[in-house]
Amino acid sequence: MAVAICAACGVAVSVSAQDLLIRGAHVHTAAAAGTLENADVLVRAGRIAEVGTGLAAPAGMPVVEAQGRALTPGLFGGLTQIGLEEVGLEPSTVDAELQLQAPAWQHHWRPEFDVTRAFNPRSSLVPVARIEGVTWTMLAPTAEYSLIAGQGAAVALDGRFDAVQDGSQTLFVNWGSAALAASGGSRAAQYMLFDQAIREVREPATAGEGALLLPEGRTALKAYLAGGRVVFRAHRAADIRSVIAYAKRHGMTPVIAGGDEAWLVAKELATAEVPVILDSLDNLPADFDRLGARLDNATLLQQAGVRIAFSHDDSHQSRKNRQLAGNAAAHGLSRDAALAAITANPADIFGLGGKRGRIERGQVADLVLWSGDPLEVTTVADQVWIAGRPVEMRSRQTELRDRYLELLRSSQAEH
Amino acid sequence: MKPLASRSNFVQKSLLAAVGCAVITACAAQSQVAPRPETRAEPPAAARAPFSSTYDAGEQGAPILILHATVLTGTGARIDDGAILLANGRIAAVGPQVAAPPGARVIDASGRWVTPGLIDVHSHLGVYPSPQLRAHSDGNEATDPVTAGVWAEHSLWPQDPGFERALEGGVTTMQILPGSANLIGGRGVTVKNVWATTYQAMKFPGAKQGLKMACGENPKRVYGGRQKPPSTRMGNVEGYRQAFADAQDYEEQWQEYEAKLAVFEAKVKPDATPPKPPKRDLRLESLVAAMRGEVLVHNHCYRADEMATMLDLASEFGFKISAFHHGAEAYKLADRLAAEGVCGALWADWWGFKLEAYDGIQENIALVDYPAGGCAIVHSDSPEGIQRLNQEAAKAMTRGVRAGLDIPPERAIRWVTSNPARSLGIDAETGSLEAGKMADVVIWNGDPFSVYALADQVFVDGILRFDRSKPAMKPRSDFEL
Repeated sequence: MAVAICAACGVAVSVSAQDLLIRGAHVHTAAAAGTLENADVLVRAGRIAEVGTGLAAPAGMPVVEAQGRALTPGLFGGLTQIGLEEVGLEPSTVDAELQLQAPAWQHHWRPEFDVTRAFNPRSSLVPVARIEGVTWTMLAPTAEYSLIAGQGAAVALDGRFDAVQDGSQTLFVNWGSAALAASGGSRAAQYMLFDQAIREVREPATAGEGALLLPEGRTALKAYLAGGRVVFRAHRAADIRSVIAYAKRHGMTPVIAGGDEAWLVAKELATAEVPVILDSLDNLPADFDRLGARLDNATLLQQAGVRIAFSHDDSHQSRKNRQLAGNAAAHGLSRDAALAAITANPADIFGLGGKRGRIERGQVADLVLWSGDPLEVTTVADQVWIAGRPVEMRSRQTELRDRYLELLRSSQAEH
Repeated sequence: MKPLASRSNFVQKSLLAAVGCAVITACAAQSQVAPRPETRAEPPAAARAPFSSTYDAGEQGAPILILHATVLTGTGARIDDGAILLANGRIAAVGPQVAAPPGARVIDASGRWVTPGLIDVHSHLGVYPSPQLRAHSDGNEATDPVTAGVWAEHSLWPQDPGFERALEGGVTTMQILPGSANLIGGRGVTVKNVWATTYQAMKFPGAKQGLKMACGENPKRVYGGRQKPPSTRMGNVEGYRQAFADAQDYEEQWQEYEAKLAVFEAKVKPDATPPKPPKRDLRLESLVAAMRGEVLVHNHCYRADEMATMLDLASEFGFKISAFHHGAEAYKLADRLAAEGVCGALWADWWGFKLEAYDGIQENIALVDYPAGGCAIVHSDSPEGIQRLNQEAAKAMTRGVRAGLDIPPERAIRWVTSNPARSLGIDAETGSLEAGKMADVVIWNGDPFSVYALADQVFVDGILRFDRSKPAMKPRSDFEL
């Protein structure tokens, strides 16, 4: 199943390293065009120039024969800390969380904390993710001691230093029982504290002793109170309902992450046009915020008209996002909708829909050619391209595999 | 960070231990060789050994004949258009054709697949149940690095909703283990996945208990953080060795006692007084039981070099390690594990959440499976993962095939059926579809090595415990009423 990159193509004239033609693919566009049989995708200068049939490659352009294999947009890795952490339990390798000692109400909130500044494109997690088709992720700060975790943004996973995607900046806020330690033990105080922070932004003169925000924090939060995107991590239906009303009242553009009970308020979410980023495998009453967790959460939300995306919230296992989509499909979601929830939808949610997440003209050529059904656990990525450049399909893990497989084969051969 | 947080919970689990039955005369009945459920009458409470199984499969109806299924037997065989007959809680026949006995209920499984009930050798359901609340955190007796005397079953909350979710995923048997905070965390229990109000009513009749041991980062982090041993890997090894050395001494004391008792009972000196038995030590009883093979050692151990240390240690004290659990680096030692008959109970793809998992690769299971005699197991250690062991096996199989290994589904299904049964010492009873074994059977709506596959029907000892088409009969925890 090796990818035939035809370079019968000798001298490359006016062909850049980000040009190619993929021929004869089963193209899942994740766009209005739906799925195209036996279609070609032409990439010029890292962008999709054309999608159609019978497209010709200019002389010198690499041609990939897909032989009917599935081609999808590059996948969304979820809300992660890829490039912000190497080993979870080793604090010296983790940059995703601001730990300025609890309790939060005695200390300043720091919405100005922006994790994208710590992004390391050379992290060992980056190749592990991208050879599985994960071409971008949303960097999300984590927080234990604060309601406001800080800001994050989308990054491309091709190893470039300037990986942050303009327009995707997002504020992350914890809500509900997971944030009780940061709100004096009661979720009611989450509104109380947020009220105070908003007032400090709106009326800086009132921010005297006991202020939650520093001047930098006021500036940062102000942008989010003027229509900025704010991800609220919440599961309980009642919390989701109140927090979206609260966010809208104060000028924020809310997104719900988690949302195990979102299906209970699907209509309100649809009406308010609030998307939900969820883990489709959550079906246990993991705590009293999630007694309503169920496997068809995604299906029910989709049916109600809510835009959904998937996230396993796991940096090392961002590749599992595809399995989330497959399981949602096994529980009633259409396969197209399941694929959209790890491609087009998250791109739209984070303001990148015009650029990423679909296979259509003008989009950045983040593409994945699969060995089979892209949602299947028995399928692997045969080749990945980011911005039209082929990804070297190696990681530290494939090198470990190759070393020990060879040793094992030779030791078994001796027996 | 969510999965990490839940993992660091697991990282702090522990518990258990039991009675070295051979050592303590009074516990002969403890060995739990229960009669088969269909024939057993409940013994009077006084006659029953404490905590022993009261599992009763339930009333057996007419024989069940499943026809036209793709059958993966769990022994490495595949039968297309196969049949399987369940009668009296046992598998009566398996093959391309099986005659229907009079009165048999026939299930047409055309287009569907049949496998043995899945077995998870590493679960914390019931001891770290949902909801994950402080009052429920019963999996690690993290008060001492050696708590071999505690038993996971004494923490097990049968109402954990995770059990019925696992049943929907085709899991019929599982071992519930203490966590890994401790060097020796206590005894694990093997249960049948049936709804019950007591753990005794779930206990797999006759199954040996496990002894949970843990290498590496967890014990040294938990105790080193408290400025007490162990705080290093060398401290870990001293801890195991001293514990087993103490157990050897303890066993000698009992042997001496038993020798004196024999003399006394032979009445060599008519006026002799009976010897006084040594004081029972529940921790050491567990270790003696491990050395005697009466409980099976299940060792949480990630790194290849540490597995080699543990194999040496096992040899020093004369016990056998049944399986290394989590072994992210098991592939580096695959030929030795196979040669020594030690299973690798592994995840399909977890890695990097801690340093000892940094070298985890997706081909780990396939590589451990590869050498002659290799015993690879897909385990969960997760209330999510246990619901889709078939998918985890599918991922591991796919990676092996991509690496050039020949792993058809009939081989890979062993990773979640007969191999875990072997590591739990219950392979004579379950884990494969062979005449005479327990009728633990799953009918899947298609190829179980697919993300779209769902279990249609799950039988435990011949009793239909889950039927996707009948939501009303689905077991439901009291908690979820």
